[in-house]
Amino acid sequence: MRRHFLTVILVLTAISGSTIAGAQAPSVTVGSKSFTESVILGDILTGLARNAGATANHRKQLGGTRILWNALLRGEIDAYPEYTGTIAREILSGQKIPSRQSMIAALASKGISMSAPLGFNNTYALAVTAQTATKYSLKTISDLQRHTDLRLGFSNEFMDRGDGWPALKRRYSLPQNNARGLDHDLAYRGLQSGDIDVIDVYTTDAEIPYYDLTLLDDDLGHFPRYDAVILYRSALAQTAPAAVSAFNRLTGKINAGKMAALNASVKVKRQTEGAVAADFLNIQYGVTQADGDSSAGTRLYTRTLEHLFLVGISLFSAILVAIPLGILAVRHRRTGQIILSVAGILQTIPGLALLVFMIPLLGIGSEPAIAALFLYSLLPIIRNTHTGISGIDPSLQNSAIALGLPPRARLRLIELPLAIPSIMAGIKTSAVINIGTATLGALIGAGGYGQPILTGIRLDNTELILEGAIPAALMALAVQYGFEWVERRLAPSGRAAAQT
Amino acid sequence: MFELREISKAYGAVNAITDLDLTITPGKTTALIGPSGCGKSTILGMMIELVQPDRGEIQFKGTALAPGKLEQLRQRMGYVIQDGGLFPHLSARHNVTLMADHLGHDPQITDQRVEYLCDLTHFPTDALGRSPAQLSGGQCQRVALMRALMLDPDVLLLDEPLGALDPLIRFELQTELRDIFQTLGKTVIMVTHDIGEASYFGDTIILLREGCIVQSGTIDDLTNRPADEFVERFVRAQRTIPGQEHGK
Repeated sequence: MRRHFLTVILVLTAISGSTIAGAQAPSVTVGSKSFTESVILGDILTGLARNAGATANHRKQLGGTRILWNALLRGEIDAYPEYTGTIAREILSGQKIPSRQSMIAALASKGISMSAPLGFNNTYALAVTAQTATKYSLKTISDLQRHTDLRLGFSNEFMDRGDGWPALKRRYSLPQNNARGLDHDLAYRGLQSGDIDVIDVYTTDAEIPYYDLTLLDDDLGHFPRYDAVILYRSALAQTAPAAVSAFNRLTGKINAGKMAALNASVKVKRQTEGAVAADFLNIQYGVTQADGDSSAGTRLYTRTLEHLFLVGISLFSAILVAIPLGILAVRHRRTGQIILSVAGILQTIPGLALLVFMIPLLGIGSEPAIAALFLYSLLPIIRNTHTGISGIDPSLQNSAIALGLPPRARLRLIELPLAIPSIMAGIKTSAVINIGTATLGALIGAGGYGQPILTGIRLDNTELILEGAIPAALMALAVQYGFEWVERRLAPSGRAAAQT
Repeated sequence: MFELREISKAYGAVNAITDLDLTITPGKTTALIGPSGCGKSTILGMMIELVQPDRGEIQFKGTALAPGKLEQLRQRMGYVIQDGGLFPHLSARHNVTLMADHLGHDPQITDQRVEYLCDLTHFPTDALGRSPAQLSGGQCQRVALMRALMLDPDVLLLDEPLGALDPLIRFELQTELRDIFQTLGKTVIMVTHDIGEASYFGDTIILLREGCIVQSGTIDDLTNRPADEFVERFVRAQRTIPGQEHGK
């Protein structure tokens, strides 16, 4: 088994080595958050950097703002698309940011540069159907004051937010008291079926062009601005100046309608982000490039390797650590209780939280994922080693002692062999949990089967979800059968052991 | 062979052994007997240090049982318990040769020894490859005895070795065991609760009650010169068939 792990490590080292090999060209790593718009912009930035002669790669859908921002600070990514509202409220929260100038200065002090706005403001807006707009001649939010009978349906978050419905109602002195909270996706359908007349949207939602909705102008400037910008490490201007100037050429090039259309190509027309980004680059700059999307077989192969890498390394190290800990727990009861409690507490931390905890220590990518999976795998193995050994019939323990076997030999010849069924059961449990949990690794850029699952959830694409979920389930089954086979070889107890 | 001086042992608030002195004569069979909870198995366990006395000292062939020497001393003792204590993951042969293999003995000599022991204990050699689960109760005890005798120990410690067997097998094994003990001339200490078995095997019978020795002597001493009324009752509590002769 050890040899296979080594093979996997070698293969993956070779793969990562090959990316380092092209060191002459500047290397640019682009990141994106786990929603469609961010991924499309990330693909566009990657295409621009590549076209500018850099070796560019895109770490897609890395989760939320915290993960991206920290990865940028640590240099694990060089650039990613962000929104000014998010920079002011989340990244630089607690600092006074009265102007664009002060925002640039605050970011520069951390070694980060901000591009000019890309041209769209992805903020909240109120939307109505084109018919409603015509019927009531609605153009601005202020126009709603005259129509008390309009039915309002808002997302639950919008009902509660500081800048949401209550504040909006006060600001515009809106008379409606019938606003209902509902799911964002259902709101579009409610609007279509005519059950509600006004909903809240993000200004670049793909559904806006799809349903031909009219956005009401925020004439009093109530909603904060969420202008899309590019954040990049200031050092990039030296290491990859061509890429930076290519990024800057994107500013002012994408308006809200354009962005919504790009989003719609992915979410409604079901094109891949890569294809949509390539089309955009082609039309905008005449840049053509090979479609980065590889065949399904290659994708599956790469993801299987990535997944095996995560699971293999973490599980193997967990076995090496947990079995001795389990033995220690049997030998020293006090220490054992501490070991089991700590491992138990680790197990109760939700998978996603544990992954995120690892980021400040180990950054993004496979290292934090492996560390988290390693911690997750400990408890079942420790506990089963402990139960397996302490559950051995005392008369057998006594017989072994009475024979004059020293403690180490007793462990090797008697206790471990007798505990093997229990230990193997623990390893099996760990392996299956590990394979399932490893799919979360995609959120922090570790790759694996989680990648298509994550994309599938984001795009509401069952096919994509299954592209990750089925191989993960098969791997879990294969590992389970594999261990059972090993188990049968290791413990022929009770069966005819004819050879002596 | 064994020298126990002022041994005491308590389990919680219960005194298992109180101020016990005992000397075991080499080359003889000593039977430890008494009602349940009299401390007979505890004494046997102390001799091989499976149980540590709270107070007092135990010497084996003039050497005190002390940490550091225990493993070597235990290798000079053979220990058999009621259900054999055979390791279920090892074949009968591996149970017998476990210690010799661990100590790196010459496999050829080990094989010869196993063959000799099979002969001695009437264990069929073709059953050596079986796992304990495939052996009968009597066969298990034969393997356990072979395992105990493998390193040719100075003493055999038997804790109710025949207690779990049905009467016919038990009777057969009693006869065989006594033959073996006589052939080998080893020091044997056997724990039993059956006065008949004790008198059949024991050159010396030590009757215990509540962790103290009540009387020590031959079956003749216990029967005809009982130390007190308890000894008298204990000896008489056996249903013997008229005309059957016990002891020697």
